[in-house]
Amino acid sequence: MTLLHLAGVTRTVQLVDAPPLTILSGVDLDVAVGDRVSIVGRSGSGKSTLLNLLGLLDNPTSGDLEFDGRPVRSFSSGERDRVRGRDVGFIFQQFNLLQGRTALENVMTPLLYAQGKQFWQRARIATEMLDRVGLGHRLGAMPDKLSGGEQQRVAIARSLVRGPRLILADEPTGALDLETGADVMALLDEVAAGSGAALITITHDPAIAALATRHLRLDHGVLTVTDTSAEPDAHSGALAAVPA
Amino acid sequence: MNRLFSNIVGSFVEAWQELRIHKTRVMLSLIGVAVAVCAITTVVGLGAVAQQSIVEGNERSGGRSATLSLYVGTPDGTPVDPDVMQDLWTSTLDRYSIDYASRVLYSSQTVQFTDGAAPVTAIGVDQPYGTMHRVKLTDGAWFSPDDADRLAPAVLVNQIFYDRIGQPDLATHPTTTLLGGVPTTAVVTGVYPVSTWETEPAMYLLTDTLIALTPPEQAAMGGLVPNYELWVPPEASDDLTTAITRDFTSALGATTDVQLNRQDYAAYNEDPFASIKLLVGGVAGLVLLLGALGLVNIALVTLKQRIREIGVRRSFGATAGRVFFAVMMESIVATVVAGVVGVIGAVLIVTNPVVQGFIAQGMVTDFPPFPVEAALLGLACATGVGALAGLLPALVAVRVKVIDAIRY
Repeated sequence: MTLLHLAGVTRTVQLVDAPPLTILSGVDLDVAVGDRVSIVGRSGSGKSTLLNLLGLLDNPTSGDLEFDGRPVRSFSSGERDRVRGRDVGFIFQQFNLLQGRTALENVMTPLLYAQGKQFWQRARIATEMLDRVGLGHRLGAMPDKLSGGEQQRVAIARSLVRGPRLILADEPTGALDLETGADVMALLDEVAAGSGAALITITHDPAIAALATRHLRLDHGVLTVTDTSAEPDAHSGALAAVPA
Repeated sequence: MNRLFSNIVGSFVEAWQELRIHKTRVMLSLIGVAVAVCAITTVVGLGAVAQQSIVEGNERSGGRSATLSLYVGTPDGTPVDPDVMQDLWTSTLDRYSIDYASRVLYSSQTVQFTDGAAPVTAIGVDQPYGTMHRVKLTDGAWFSPDDADRLAPAVLVNQIFYDRIGQPDLATHPTTTLLGGVPTTAVVTGVYPVSTWETEPAMYLLTDTLIALTPPEQAAMGGLVPNYELWVPPEASDDLTTAITRDFTSALGATTDVQLNRQDYAAYNEDPFASIKLLVGGVAGLVLLLGALGLVNIALVTLKQRIREIGVRRSFGATAGRVFFAVMMESIVATVVAGVVGVIGAVLIVTNPVVQGFIAQGMVTDFPPFPVEAALLGLACATGVGALAGLLPALVAVRVKVIDAIRY
């Protein structure tokens, strides 16, 4: 089932005293539920801009962008926010945990924008999620008391706590050492697989990119397929490194 | 409906979290608001005490609203026959069913104190006068209808008089000697307080008693012409003035000058305290404005530091409306808390006996309770300031571009 459909998407920005700058050009992409996609590219290649489009944070200048079969342009502002909150989970390079809030409060934050059971039982749901990422014993810890790996685990728990169908990870290991990064990615992959969500990882680390089943490269705003692999066992080595 | 409810609760939770986390910053920024609310509530509260002080002072001297004062003068200046006046007075009160009316007679009586005889201001009144002029006693009771039949007349003395006779227990029916035409023993049945500027003894007697005690030669010199006062409903005062003036004029003759005028404090304009209220309100509003400006300033500076947080929240599904509402609520919740603190402070100040005494200057016997409208005004101001101070940052927060905010 196609979750995201991009056809001929371009994104340009207007510059002062200069011609418009094209950041993305003719991007075609289909992402289905359960996909593992990695996008690699050098700095300035347009990776983050693409991620913002995929996460409904930005609009394409031209081309078609559909989410769950509906053109994104047809969404009202509020609807777009609600869809994003319900179906998209973000993981940032710098974790972006809310300072002054405990790990539990950080994970509860997305649930503040939910309704019904998710809203009213947010403490229980967040606790279970933190337990799932191995931080059940650090519920009351503040971000500045957590290690980099722990902070990213909290960020992963926060992005997954509403059960999104699409997880967008922007350089999720960029601020971590190699070993911790591998652990975090293995955890992310495991948790995403468990929830059946599509995972799109933007990275410039070939090792992290190798964990995906579809590999894309972004070069000067042009997206190309570098390799497609349907072998889930390809990253079993990395998963094996995840602590129990 | 469910979404609306969870949105509202969620906004409160966010606002409270924000306040809890930044409590030092919030407390510092709210000191100004709390002080401003305390000031505005205090001035309104103390204004009520001061107003009550003025009202009571006015009512003691001029009577309650509407008190009419009757003047009857003849062309040659001779007083009207007291018996004729008394009949006219009595029949008028009966005709118009006026329950509260009194003759007021100012005179002087020599009183025998332990340290010698001294002249004392004697005010002759009828029994309703106490209610009409809000006379409050610190001890004893106001005249009763039966007091007119006493063999030993009842007198109500002021505190200075009472002090000079040694503050006897009224339950022992203390007496004092009035050295009038015929020395008379009177029973002190009540004590009334004095204003801070009063230094001489004084007393109330029933008018008929005072007339009886006055030596004939003093009466012959025209010293026994009472004032006539009527306390009537304000809305009926104009009609009654016309009717009573007409009745007296027709009974005493067209050449007699009959004047019936309002003498109470409310007779001169619609709201005698409008200027005081305007002044107090203006000062309080200025104080509040300064507090609000400080709050807006701090809120805007703080928002700059929260851009990334707002971006992160937006990425997790916070709508623009939700962010707007949360930032507004944060400001409102904070200022309401500051408002409650300010109002509590104001209540403590206004109900403090030392402060009340300073404002009332001995003029108030019925201290008004802390005015609820002052507390509500304080809270309303706090909420309004919170909304206004939150509006600008909230608008800025909504205009934040999510992408830029996350990278901020």
